[in-house]
Amino acid sequence: MKIFIKFDFNAVCRKVLEDKLIKYDIKHRVLGFGEVEILEKTNPQKFNEFTEELKEYGIDIIENQKTILVQKMKDTINEMIHSPELVNVKSSVYLAEKLSHSYGYLSNLFSDVTYTSIENYIIMQKIEYAKQLIVNGQLNLTEIAFKLNYSSVAHLSTQFKNVTGITPSAFQRIITKRREIANKK
Amino acid sequence: MVKEYIHIILADDDEDDRLFFTDAFDELKINTKVNTFNDGVELMNYLNQPEAILPNVLFLDLNMPRKNGIECLDEIKKNDRFNDIAIAIFSTSSSEEHIEETFVRGANIYIKKPSDFATLKKVLSDVVTINWQYYTSGLNKDNFLLRL
Repeated sequence: MKIFIKFDFNAVCRKVLEDKLIKYDIKHRVLGFGEVEILEKTNPQKFNEFTEELKEYGIDIIENQKTILVQKMKDTINEMIHSPELVNVKSSVYLAEKLSHSYGYLSNLFSDVTYTSIENYIIMQKIEYAKQLIVNGQLNLTEIAFKLNYSSVAHLSTQFKNVTGITPSAFQRIITKRREIANKK
Repeated sequence: MVKEYIHIILADDDEDDRLFFTDAFDELKINTKVNTFNDGVELMNYLNQPEAILPNVLFLDLNMPRKNGIECLDEIKKNDRFNDIAIAIFSTSSSEEHIEETFVRGANIYIKKPSDFATLKKVLSDVVTINWQYYTSGLNKDNFLLRL
């Protein structure tokens, strides 16, 4: 038997993080946005074990200030793409306001750290979200285009093709065939 | 802080292509370490060593003597140890059917071999940049399909 699962990555990460914080008895407050405030001094050896254990889950503590800001930008972008009430807000305005830096500064920093522009990153994330929705199979392309605030299916398809080099329907065919092969094994 | 770099491997039997490839990477902004192999047998011998450093991106030429790109792809896809490697296929063919078949077999990237150096550089830069986003932003690798 095969089942398909969808994840809420944020919820998963949060749960793992909280469980580990409790396990190591670290007094803390989760601030959301990938931010945790440690409320009292912890023994460095214990803290090391804690960070090592988090690494097994692919969770890393970021130390560099610039990397932290870029991570916040990425989180904000994802939040915008995934929440229906925010899709109409201009991303440059929203990012600048939310992170209290000028868009020019954010934009340069983002390119330096990620080797891509904010605009490209947003498009890429939107297409990734579209892929996820295609794979889940609950919405058709028209509904996906609407959900992601594209003016038409054609617009979504064109951007999808520009980013990935293949059409949404080819993508769907490939994923379906891969599943069929995996199911036979 | 140790600077992060991307580990790249190319398997291609053509010496000129290998040279172009490594030159193109030398000129990119992203830090890369590039290893090359002359054919599929050499490549698989390397990857199958338990202590081998696995690449972030593996570029496979489709037509190689002894073991071709598709045979390597099939072997790699059978082994869970290689799950994190993004696989890029270099081919001279641009038949739609052939491209889809390659993706279905598990390739992430399909590249029509560029004929000039500038295009090659652009293509490699695109691949590495996009792969970098998958690597650093926790995107779902299963949905990583790219045709250039």
